[in-house]
Amino acid sequence: MTGLRYVYAVCRPFGTPLQAQLTGVGGEPPRLLPHGDLVAVVSHVPEGEFAEKPLRANLENLDWLTAVARAHQGVIDALTTVTTPLPLRLGTVFRDDSGVRTMLEAREEDFRRTLDRLEGRVEWGVKVFLEEEREPRAPAPAAKPASGRDYLRQRRQQTRSRDDAWQQAEIFATDLHRALSESAEDSRLHAPQNPTLSGATGRNVLNAAYLVPRVKSEEFVERVDRTKDGIPGIRVELTGPWAAYSFAGEESAGKEEA
Amino acid sequence: MTVVERREIALVDLLDRLLAGGVVIKGDITLRIADVDLVRIDLNALISSVNAQVPSPFEESL
Repeated sequence: MTGLRYVYAVCRPFGTPLQAQLTGVGGEPPRLLPHGDLVAVVSHVPEGEFAEKPLRANLENLDWLTAVARAHQGVIDALTTVTTPLPLRLGTVFRDDSGVRTMLEAREEDFRRTLDRLEGRVEWGVKVFLEEEREPRAPAPAAKPASGRDYLRQRRQQTRSRDDAWQQAEIFATDLHRALSESAEDSRLHAPQNPTLSGATGRNVLNAAYLVPRVKSEEFVERVDRTKDGIPGIRVELTGPWAAYSFAGEESAGKEEA
Repeated sequence: MTVVERREIALVDLLDRLLAGGVVIKGDITLRIADVDLVRIDLNALISSVNAQVPSPFEESL
């Protein structure tokens, strides 16, 4: 069978077989490709979709990207039940098994080091939103501004209230990030989410990921929960546990982001 | 655990991780697809295509 190899993750060998009914990208079953003391989790993908040129085009097709992202996540999810996988970036494709083996060999040291660092850890996502719809305490109804000057004054006040709310949200997010970073081994800041893509209401002020030992997750989640009723107009969202996607790259130099 | 609601994972949270996280393999052996810049461009293109298809329900003021 021809086709390219899509690589989901690199792991340490694990005793448990993958669930028989597990399917990956394109409905193909993932399989294990061991090399030395590492295992790559791979499946066949068609060249028509995953060779460099079609892949570039497909990455801009939201339906295609969604299907691949969900399938990728499904395999990673299954792996997290049996081991701590090191996820690869979406769309990592090789020509054949031997290409995958060569890659494993070339990156062996990195993979081992990162796998050790992530062993037994999960990632939690925390987002803070400022609800923009909420009209800040505007000066009583003042139905219609009586004059241009009144109008300008109202506008100024509204702008000031919005700035205050924004500033308050930033302070809240900074404090929260600092507190959560203390409870976590590492943290990453993702770019604020585009509301068109997320469909979320409000403005995304913080979009962070935290690396937390699995055994300390409950404590971490409770800590996030306690912040949820903090300030009206500010919404905190928690996602996870994720495989440590955001921490699969090089280790950050300490906690300087915090 | 109190908050592990297993709702379907939001695509945008998934893309944050799958397109910005994960190990990036560089090197001559691969097709060199997983490239940070490439992915950033793709995501922007994607967002603008979404924008074009689905006009924002909110009026863009100024």
